[in-house]
Amino acid sequence: MKPLIAISAIALMLGGAAPVFAQSSHVPAGTKLAKDQSFTYWLQDDLKTLDPDLSTSKDGNDVLQQMFDGLYQQDDHGNLVPAMAESFDVSDDKLTYTFHLRDEKWSNGDPVTAQDFVYAWQRLADPKTASEYAWYIELMQVKNAHDVIQGDKPVSDLGVKALDAHTLQVTLETPIPYFRQMLVLSSTFPVPEKVVKEYGSDWTKPEHMVSNGAYTLKSWKIGESIEMTKNDKYWDAANTTLTDLKFIPIQDLNQALTRYQAGELDFVQTPAGQYPRLKDEYPDQAHAPPRSCVYAYRFNVGPNGPEALKDVKVRQALSYGINRDIIIDKILKGGQKPAYSWTHWATAGFKAPDIAYAKWTDKERMDKARELLKEAGYGPDHPLKLRIMYNTSSDHKKIAIAVQQFWKQLGVEATLENFEWKVYLDKLNTQHDFDVARTAWCADYNEASTYLDVNTSWSDQNSGQWSNAEYDKLMKDSKTAADPQADYTKAEQILATDMPLAPIYDYSLPMLLNAHIKGYPFDNVQLNWYAKNMYRTAK
Amino acid sequence: MIVYILKRLAIAVPTLLVLIIASFLLMHAAPGGPFTSERQVPPEVLANLNAKYGLDQPLWKQIATYLSNVVMHFDFGPSFTYKDRSVNDIIAQGFPVTLTYGSLSFIAAVLVGVSLGVTAAIKRNSWLDYFAVGISIGAQVLPNFVMAPILVLIFTLTLHWLPGGGWSFDDPRFWIMPVVALSTSYMASIARITRSSMLEVLNSNHIRTARAKGLPSRKIILRHALKPALLPVISYLGPAFVSMITGSVIVDVYFTTGGIGKSFVDSALNRDYAVMMGITILLGTLTILFNLVVDIIYGWIDPKIRY
Amino acid sequence: MVIDQSKMASLAEATSREDVAGRSLWADARRRFFHNKAAIFGLGLLIFVVLFALFGNWIAAWNNSDIDYNVMGDVTLSGPSFANGHYFGVDDLGRDLFARTVQGTQISLLVGVIGSLIAVVVGTVYGAVSGYFGGRVDGFMMRLVDILLAIPYMFVLILLLVIYGRSIGMLFVGVGLISWLEMSRIVRGQTLTLKNREYVEAARAIGVPALTIIRRHILPNLVGVVVVFATLLVPLMILTESFISFLGLGVQEPQTSLGALISEGAGTMNYGTLWQLAFPLFFFIITLFGFYFVGDGLRDALDPKER
Repeated sequence: MKPLIAISAIALMLGGAAPVFAQSSHVPAGTKLAKDQSFTYWLQDDLKTLDPDLSTSKDGNDVLQQMFDGLYQQDDHGNLVPAMAESFDVSDDKLTYTFHLRDEKWSNGDPVTAQDFVYAWQRLADPKTASEYAWYIELMQVKNAHDVIQGDKPVSDLGVKALDAHTLQVTLETPIPYFRQMLVLSSTFPVPEKVVKEYGSDWTKPEHMVSNGAYTLKSWKIGESIEMTKNDKYWDAANTTLTDLKFIPIQDLNQALTRYQAGELDFVQTPAGQYPRLKDEYPDQAHAPPRSCVYAYRFNVGPNGPEALKDVKVRQALSYGINRDIIIDKILKGGQKPAYSWTHWATAGFKAPDIAYAKWTDKERMDKARELLKEAGYGPDHPLKLRIMYNTSSDHKKIAIAVQQFWKQLGVEATLENFEWKVYLDKLNTQHDFDVARTAWCADYNEASTYLDVNTSWSDQNSGQWSNAEYDKLMKDSKTAADPQADYTKAEQILATDMPLAPIYDYSLPMLLNAHIKGYPFDNVQLNWYAKNMYRTAK
Repeated sequence: MIVYILKRLAIAVPTLLVLIIASFLLMHAAPGGPFTSERQVPPEVLANLNAKYGLDQPLWKQIATYLSNVVMHFDFGPSFTYKDRSVNDIIAQGFPVTLTYGSLSFIAAVLVGVSLGVTAAIKRNSWLDYFAVGISIGAQVLPNFVMAPILVLIFTLTLHWLPGGGWSFDDPRFWIMPVVALSTSYMASIARITRSSMLEVLNSNHIRTARAKGLPSRKIILRHALKPALLPVISYLGPAFVSMITGSVIVDVYFTTGGIGKSFVDSALNRDYAVMMGITILLGTLTILFNLVVDIIYGWIDPKIRY
Repeated sequence: MVIDQSKMASLAEATSREDVAGRSLWADARRRFFHNKAAIFGLGLLIFVVLFALFGNWIAAWNNSDIDYNVMGDVTLSGPSFANGHYFGVDDLGRDLFARTVQGTQISLLVGVIGSLIAVVVGTVYGAVSGYFGGRVDGFMMRLVDILLAIPYMFVLILLLVIYGRSIGMLFVGVGLISWLEMSRIVRGQTLTLKNREYVEAARAIGVPALTIIRRHILPNLVGVVVVFATLLVPLMILTESFISFLGLGVQEPQTSLGALISEGAGTMNYGTLWQLAFPLFFFIITLFGFYFVGDGLRDALDPKER
């Protein structure tokens, strides 16, 4: 630690720091806090950007939500809590939302205004910005988003307006029940118009960057670390306990674990298969909360897919043939759950349909699968041959090898094709050149449509090119339905029968978290954590 | 001499040009582009991205624009992956790190390697000799991605002496493991080359003459034997330095130093054309310069060489 | 680990000296080689490794891709055991490590030997042609080598594997093409000396075509260098392959290589599964040692001035 920081830390401790900590609403009375209020978080990959309008990753979101306050945040259970939006009104047709903003300041002292949101959203949609997440504002159904992104209408036509400095009005194309849930993501954060215009793409450099959240950027060295310090101008600074945040990108989980064990990280995801051992060794540090993502094998039923997979019996047989329990109990071992539906089991309000094969024994599934394959015309003299495609990663590899072995028992000859990430994406999404591909989906917001919309025939993410009129209709109707959950359950039923993909497991996040770090939201299925709600206790 | 250097530098220009164009074409031939992402980008957004980064231009025009920016403004363009950083930013951040531990490794490898080799040669067939030869062979066959975790196991997890990763210019504790992991196998090669060429020189006629004259052996070794014995070592140093910088990928990956080795691999995987080109040009230039320096030193030590 | 060029040059000179009668050179060399304990030891190691790779599957109780569900995912059961037929234990997925090591050794040997053959063949032909024709052709061809030497090869290899996918063929070509440049320089140097010999001039005078002269009179004199260079190149190739595997760009599953096995084993060495690192590493190291000692022994046998 450099002397200057050390002195200021001591000064903070002596100069009435204790009463400030005691007042913090997140810290239970009587907690003994550590002097060093720092938190070091592990990232798998380094961020590609710190610009909320350009950010595209879950990790990016984790980092940005420490620095920015959007309209809403989530509490420890994933429920919405107001951040910038103190209150809101919605019109009777559910097409116009009016948000009343909190009186907050940017870290340079300027007030945060409704115009900063307008600017940020227009910038997100602007073709000149060319954000890879511009589609998100389209997904939010903001009026004219599609035309603005295409460049057919000026950004000023986007359905977002500042009525006055503290009133933001958003107009939608079609009503969507989960609109406010979508406002947690970093793509909807405000950006300081003045600063962005002054520095251009350099505005996110530590010396220029201005933010309105609990922390401000201190440094970012690509491939090494991102550091933040507490923002004293933050409206809730008095209740913010952690003072220094550090994010370290380490690709390999084994290396990350070593760094955790050396005391250099406070949080790390455990490598596949290591969780039970670590749980024994560190019972107070190991956790495996559910995480709203699903892992599946997608079948290519499109024109480039193999003829065999167009037969629903073959798809069913292949899905039945995957022994999810072995994958979870013997390979991953980290609190994941077997998945038979596409939507994560813990998604808010979601009720999975009754899926028969979920309850079958291993033998029943395999017998049924063999039977189906036989009906479809495959057998020892005419074996089914398939390619399994996955991207380079040791966990994907392990699952692919296991699935290959499961299918071998059905007489299916599967070959493995391991491609580097970009090639894999190109084959999956652009060329549709695969038979069976591993795929995963994570919730953008805590509601089942974030999963189910993926399989509609118009979705860009429907890489297997499956299309089902009934399913499409259900998803369309759900947008305006009084109770969309019933539609979601029916849609899952269709997936379980027509089997455009074989769900494999629902994610958890098996992790080690320093026992002295408190306040991590284990019950939030999106695991959206806010450092300002967390604190470090004394040893 | 000066003519020779100028000639070599003149070759450097077409060399770099070939390198640039070849890697540019190779890169663009790769499937997937910088904006291929897990969530398929809608066509209208992709069009905007391509327009913003000039990827909608014909290939020859892209190369021409790129070259003129590099030559006229020394501007390698914006990174395609790191949206708010330019290639110059990324190299400016990562290269000093790589250069620091790379140079330290180089110095360590040369100093330790030469001393080990000379000692082994002088004390031929003693336990010291066997020890040195044993170490150098062992170090050559142990891949550094095995060595790195072993180092971490010993010095970080067991002894708690050194940090397991990260980088700081102010704190040498961060430098030690990267330097050891990177330099060991080069040190071993240098030791072996030094030992055998030293033995050869010690058996040569002019050293025998010097001995016969009764010169003290320390003087013989330092004044007469070392210089010629180092010739093969020097010719080894050019390629060694370059492959050290290349080998830095493992150090960057393992110790999260933030150096350019990892940046290069990542840029190839991310199709970050701009960063990849920038680092290729940087390393190509370094290779050319270093080979030239080695040749000049070679000529300076061995006056028989004519340019 | 890089081959000592000055020694190779000296060897080339020794094997093409005019006063050495071909037959006696080889007879002497054989005698010297079999008196070199290290070389014999190396040869023994190599024979052992090759036998292991060829016939290991006869002993193996499992094949390299089947999962043993009884021991899968249970560290206490997955260690080496004769009772369940997993002599070397199993890997993370419950696959037999013995069978995988056998198969990995096959791949590593193949990559090493074929890669080194490609390098030697391309380098020899290129160097011989360049040296024999001389003049402008030679100038152009050697400038090209200079240019190619300035390319950071490991990076090009990474690019190639990224672009053309991971196939064994690409790996052979990729590692092979890295190392032919040095070979071509040595061969060219030797060819320059050889082509002025009387018998070559005589052949030319009676109108023997150039390529026939190269084949009949130049290449046979280069056999020594080629053999030694190739042997010493093999361990380099195997090391290169292991680096590629570490980056995850190696051969496709369920195929594996020693480098891939070691890299997996090194990642999990702290979790009480040390056998996953130890067995592949053992075979990796003795393979490298073997080629190394044999290569050194051959060179010393053919160019005996140092001992």
